[in-house]
Amino acid sequence: MRFANIVRLRLRSLFSRTAVEQELDEELQYHLEREMEAHAAAGLSPEQARGKALASIAGYEQRKEECRDMRGLNLLDNLVQDIHFAIRQLRKNPGFTSTAIFMLALGMCAAVAIFAFVDAALLKPLPYRDSTRLVGVYETVPMFPRSNLSYHDYLDWKKLNTVFSSLDVYQRRGYLLRTAAGLQAARGARISDGFFRTLGVSPVVGRDFYAGEDLPSAAHTVMLSYGAWQKRYGGKNDVVGQTVELDGVSATIIGVLPSDFHFPLAEPAEFWTTMHATGDCDLRRSCHSLYGVARLKDGVSIDAALSNVQAIAKQLERQYPESNRNQGATLTMLSDVIVGDIRPILLVLLGGAGLLLLIAGVNIASLLLVRCESRRREIAVRSALGAGRVRLVRQFVTEGFVLVAAGSALGLTAAYWTIQALLKLIPADILARMTFLNGLGLNLRVMLFAAAISALALGLYAITPTLRLSLAEMREGLAEGSRGSAGVFWRRLGTKLVVVELATAVVLLVGAGLLGKSLYHLLRVNLGMQPERLATMSVAAPKSGYDKDEQAIVLARSVLSRLSTLPGVQSAGIASQLPVTSNGNTTWFRVVGRPHNGGHEEAPERQVSPTYFPTAGARLIRGRYFTESEDKSRPPVGIINQAMAARHFPNEDPVGKRIYYISHAQEPIEIVGLIENIKEGPLDTDIPPVLYIPFNRSPDRFFSVIVRTSQDEQSLLPTLTAAVRELDPDIVTTTATMRDRIDDSPSAYLHRSSAWLVGGFAALALLLSIVGLYGVVAYSVSQRTREIGVRMAMGAQPGSVYGLILKEAGWLTVLGLVFGLGCAIVAATLMKGLLFGVRSWDLATLAAVAVVLGLASLMASFIPARRAASVNPVEALRSE
Amino acid sequence: MSRPTDLVQGTLDLLILTVIALEPMHGWAIAQRIHQISGEVLQVGQSALYPSLHKLEQNGWISSEWAVSDNNRRAKYYTLTRAGRKALAQEAAQWERLAAAISLVVRAV
Repeated sequence: MRFANIVRLRLRSLFSRTAVEQELDEELQYHLEREMEAHAAAGLSPEQARGKALASIAGYEQRKEECRDMRGLNLLDNLVQDIHFAIRQLRKNPGFTSTAIFMLALGMCAAVAIFAFVDAALLKPLPYRDSTRLVGVYETVPMFPRSNLSYHDYLDWKKLNTVFSSLDVYQRRGYLLRTAAGLQAARGARISDGFFRTLGVSPVVGRDFYAGEDLPSAAHTVMLSYGAWQKRYGGKNDVVGQTVELDGVSATIIGVLPSDFHFPLAEPAEFWTTMHATGDCDLRRSCHSLYGVARLKDGVSIDAALSNVQAIAKQLERQYPESNRNQGATLTMLSDVIVGDIRPILLVLLGGAGLLLLIAGVNIASLLLVRCESRRREIAVRSALGAGRVRLVRQFVTEGFVLVAAGSALGLTAAYWTIQALLKLIPADILARMTFLNGLGLNLRVMLFAAAISALALGLYAITPTLRLSLAEMREGLAEGSRGSAGVFWRRLGTKLVVVELATAVVLLVGAGLLGKSLYHLLRVNLGMQPERLATMSVAAPKSGYDKDEQAIVLARSVLSRLSTLPGVQSAGIASQLPVTSNGNTTWFRVVGRPHNGGHEEAPERQVSPTYFPTAGARLIRGRYFTESEDKSRPPVGIINQAMAARHFPNEDPVGKRIYYISHAQEPIEIVGLIENIKEGPLDTDIPPVLYIPFNRSPDRFFSVIVRTSQDEQSLLPTLTAAVRELDPDIVTTTATMRDRIDDSPSAYLHRSSAWLVGGFAALALLLSIVGLYGVVAYSVSQRTREIGVRMAMGAQPGSVYGLILKEAGWLTVLGLVFGLGCAIVAATLMKGLLFGVRSWDLATLAAVAVVLGLASLMASFIPARRAASVNPVEALRSE
Repeated sequence: MSRPTDLVQGTLDLLILTVIALEPMHGWAIAQRIHQISGEVLQVGQSALYPSLHKLEQNGWISSEWAVSDNNRRAKYYTLTRAGRKALAQEAAQWERLAAAISLVVRAV
């Protein structure tokens, strides 16, 4: 009660100042009047009464001031005064002030911007109910640790498991959407009916799929993403019940998903349709096309669940040895599935930003130390004049507060723009999949993180000078020429700090060097083809008119012949899937006449046209390419890559050998060619054995075209689109140059972004630490001017003065390098997973960093050394 | 005129608390009452009175409100709070002890 009252009064003093002042005035005025009345009553004349009353109230303003003091109003005034004084002090020293603000802003910008990404990707929970109970469900095969489920396996797992409260599946896919403007490509996913219930997501408009709605007998229905609803239907509520034509099938819209819902594993998805398992793949237990997501039952751990599904997989393996041999099972936390790939990169970047912040902090600390030196006399005078220690410390805190406020404001603004810029640098289709980055920005958690940095910085700004100025030293500061001991103190601490800075810069430089080298290796990895002057186009033809094999073959032929006649085009070829996408779409095979070891031999399979290899610039090592006439009517033929030859036909000529699909043992495939390894999967993966078969044997209305041109391939892209549109406006195409596809592929992007960002951090760190070193050496020279003067007067040559200074800087650099390289090797070992084609103790990188840092610090110390060598002994001795 | 230094530190607070323990009073009246009760020995000038009043109010020992005074004008009346009553008891006891101790010393010499 009393406490509440006091708080109320304090707040009133603080916020209703005018009212408080008025009352104070009125109260004293009342007293004055009563005083006058009393004197008048005692018989004095009004004038005399007034004069006497006024005299008794001598120092009216002082009384008010005392009352204000008692009310605590002056605390506030003093603070304002302190701030004014701090700003005046800081403005007197624009060099120090701007450097201190800039350092903090820089460190803060880097740390906050990266933390915003870390927060969005790693800290913010997934937008599902109880998202930590969700797991990704996969089969495993030797080639893919997380492989798809087949539809029948899914049904069995769903039926037999005792650990999931629900298990559902999804398959990301593209649709050809009928719109008023013709057919369009649209992305979406095919899911089982309980998918959204498993995630714990309910539609904002309409209803969820009901149980059984994914069966072939059910009517076709579709759920819209919020984005699709807004973009394609203007966000109107009557969308439910409308029909939409997807891939020639008419489906009824039943609902709209919430705006914050996203499922990065299938994004960008606009249309969510149900399974309707009727296709060839769904009906075969050996065809794996689905990913599972399940909710663990309460109290069931992921390990317990894993042993349960593994037991089911074993049981199915016994039951269906033909299809389920070697098919294991694995579970992964859904959050790990979604952000597992970028987590290490983000952590490395956060580490880099943290190190940069450390360097900035160390630089600030040494700046403050130097400033303390130059303010020793001022502080000593002030304390001699009666400023208490508390009062002095309050001044430091206030100055620190002003610096931190300015630095933080600048840093946060810069961080905001940095985040926007970084988002712009992410290729559009990668960003579309990283839906967890939606709404990325300075949210509450990020602001708290920034506030923590500010608080640390404030501590640094306030504590460093406070520690530095023990009372004893303040007294000493008044004595003339008493800089000897202080100089030693400063040199020792400043020296240690600059070693930390240099070592940190080394760590960042080594990290940047290794990541840069990885990127270099990655982008120059042997692709087995010539990506320059190569345009690519993916073609999707509608079901009506192109569904039959013959129709697809005719389409492929006419596309190729049309494109080949375009000006500048040298050749064109077709493949079911472009290089540098994935190692998926595999098939099981065996080699004719080889004993079978029990496991499945698995290899990616690609359907290619006869002109594909020459157009891609792939080298045929043996045998021949396919011919146009090799279709279903002819005996099957295949071309294999070197990896398959090395694995299955070591030391023999594979051409003429025969292999067979395990599903078609009676129809062996004759190997007619051996091609150099082409990178089919991501850049940073090894090339597995690959089997190529003629496109005409297994044609499809979805395929990719590559076009070799003699001119700029970028300018050819619109021509390609127009040419195919001429054939049939209903065919949907997307184009890109092969170079762009490679450079924008996820693995290249992740390596590139981490290399550039860490490189940027390293460059800044190098700059800051060299400035720090320069500061230390220059300060030391300025403190030793007299000593140097004496030495020179005694006959020391400029050369030996150079040596004196450079030796000091050299020692610091060597210490920094040794510590830094040690830490760098540890740091590089920690981020081994991000390196490609380079070891964590890459000697060339370490040596290059040593040379760069050595040269930079030589330059930084050369300037003060020259100043030292050009000291005029007479003047040096005369000064002080 | 009596500066607070004339009084033992904290004595003025004790006087104020004692006087307004009887009834709510405004500043001038408090000064008058102290003057009267002390047999016109203690004259509390407003230079000491008002800072003391504001401090006591900030301490939560007294509270204030505006009311119409005996001469029909608005004046700020101070009242003892519960915390103030407790403080008064303590201060008074403290004072008794101190005064007794001093008089012992003075008589002994």
